Amino acid sequence: MTSPISRGFHRRNRPAGDGSKLPPGQYLTHDFPVLSAGPTPHTRLQDWTFSIRRGGETLRSWTWPEVQALPAENVTVDIHCVTRWSKLGTAWRGVPIRAVLDEVEYDAQYVLAFSDGGYTTNLPVKDLTGGQAWLAFDYDGQPLAPEHGGPARLLVPHLYFWKSAKWVRGLELLDHDQPGFWESYGYNNYGDPWREQRYAGD
Amino acid sequence: MAGTAVRGRLTWQVATVASVAAETDSVRTIRLELPGWPGHHAGQHLDVRLTAEDGYSAERSYSVAAADGEPVAITVERLDDGEVSPYLTEELRTGDQLEVRGPIGDWFTWDTADGGPLLLIAGGSGIVPLRAILRHRLRSGSDVPVRLLYSSRTLADVIYRSELDQPADGAEVSYTLTRSQPPGWTGFSGRVNEAMLAKVAWPASENPLAFVCGPTRFVETVAELLVARDYPARRVKTERFGGA
Amino acid sequence: MELDGNAIGGLLGDVFGTDMTSAGATCASCGATGPVAETMVYLRGPGTVVRCRNCTSLLMVISQVRGLNCVDLGGIAALEVSQSR
Repeated sequence: MTSPISRGFHRRNRPAGDGSKLPPGQYLTHDFPVLSAGPTPHTRLQDWTFSIRRGGETLRSWTWPEVQALPAENVTVDIHCVTRWSKLGTAWRGVPIRAVLDEVEYDAQYVLAFSDGGYTTNLPVKDLTGGQAWLAFDYDGQPLAPEHGGPARLLVPHLYFWKSAKWVRGLELLDHDQPGFWESYGYNNYGDPWREQRYAGD
Repeated sequence: MAGTAVRGRLTWQVATVASVAAETDSVRTIRLELPGWPGHHAGQHLDVRLTAEDGYSAERSYSVAAADGEPVAITVERLDDGEVSPYLTEELRTGDQLEVRGPIGDWFTWDTADGGPLLLIAGGSGIVPLRAILRHRLRSGSDVPVRLLYSSRTLADVIYRSELDQPADGAEVSYTLTRSQPPGWTGFSGRVNEAMLAKVAWPASENPLAFVCGPTRFVETVAELLVARDYPARRVKTERFGGA
Repeated sequence: MELDGNAIGGLLGDVFGTDMTSAGATCASCGATGPVAETMVYLRGPGTVVRCRNCTSLLMVISQVRGLNCVDLGGIAALEVSQSR
């Protein structure tokens, strides 16, 4: 049975009509949808740490003041969610992931980012060190709100936004790639929006 | 495949809009003609699916506003940042078609055999399934005592007001207005809290059955307050509403 | 958006062929049992995530991929559903 067309109904977000190019299948949004896979954690800053781990051991760990002392930068990036909304020109402040990884001696090729609440997502190390990934703690000039991943989240705008793990607490270095949360539930292992890699097998 | 699908609660059916009536500035009650409707119980909901010309489709759930045996109707609040509610409340006309699946939900329902006394607590559009329960109670001639506590922003936001202002025998209705109250207001003001429940809620010793419906935060706060008044968790039924 | 199991009544009906909101679900992590209607549900993300209200562990994850409902029930130790009449 074909569904009847609902007279006059249309998608709320529109494909960009002003010349800006969106990845295939994406629609422009002007708000900032809040999506999550679990309750918002509320870790106190005095208890918060960011760690690099390998093989069950912590190689290096930073407290909140120590992260704030690292060289941070302001970046403006476009973000693309696999649920098809894109938001252009979002302004963040954070520490480039390269700066934290540089403080550790490692030879791993893959990373599993882990967050408060148990969320994980996997990435190749080179996607984090090429100047395209940050540990972000400010959004739009304000401290990152808990509903959007505060106090700090991963920001990896060249991949679908599920890779930009909210409430991130560290990176587990791995020799072999290991699927994280959404990657284990049918989503693409890499997630390049420009090649529309939404689902496993795309 | 479609030809062999068993018609019933789980399959999508085409509904025709019979009427759209304003309840408040932003709220509409939509009556539907559904020839294949198997009947519903007070408290249940249905899923609505809209399909745009480009094939995009969106689904939302809405509580049935009518009692068992009454024509199917849903009451929808327009959310400014919504995608489906602005369409249903502002664009939809008599004669339009939309797809419906249901009725859905065997947990958040009340029938006379479930007894009471009943405590119904509504936040905003959470009133819809509770109004269906009140109508079913009235239509079935039940004498189970019922109290409704209904939280709205302002008096103008109260849905079904003329109906609720004339409660049936054995039903008591209280309103609380959280944002502003009209001059001379004698109802409650502010968010539902312990003091308000102390005045309205049946004592736990009477083994009441509570239904709480509204936005997630509202439901969590109220359910916690009831459990703190010794209502067993299994006697507090909850339904959380979301947006858009 | 955080809701409860009532919000996925239609989806679960599609998956299981019967209304599941009253079904009793036992959490594989903490052992708590309760109706599916009262679970914590996260919607509008890449998939639908259902969590135990008692301990927040994962009960179910449902992804809709290429016309299929992909259902992971690994977090549920047991389900009790009324028999059809």
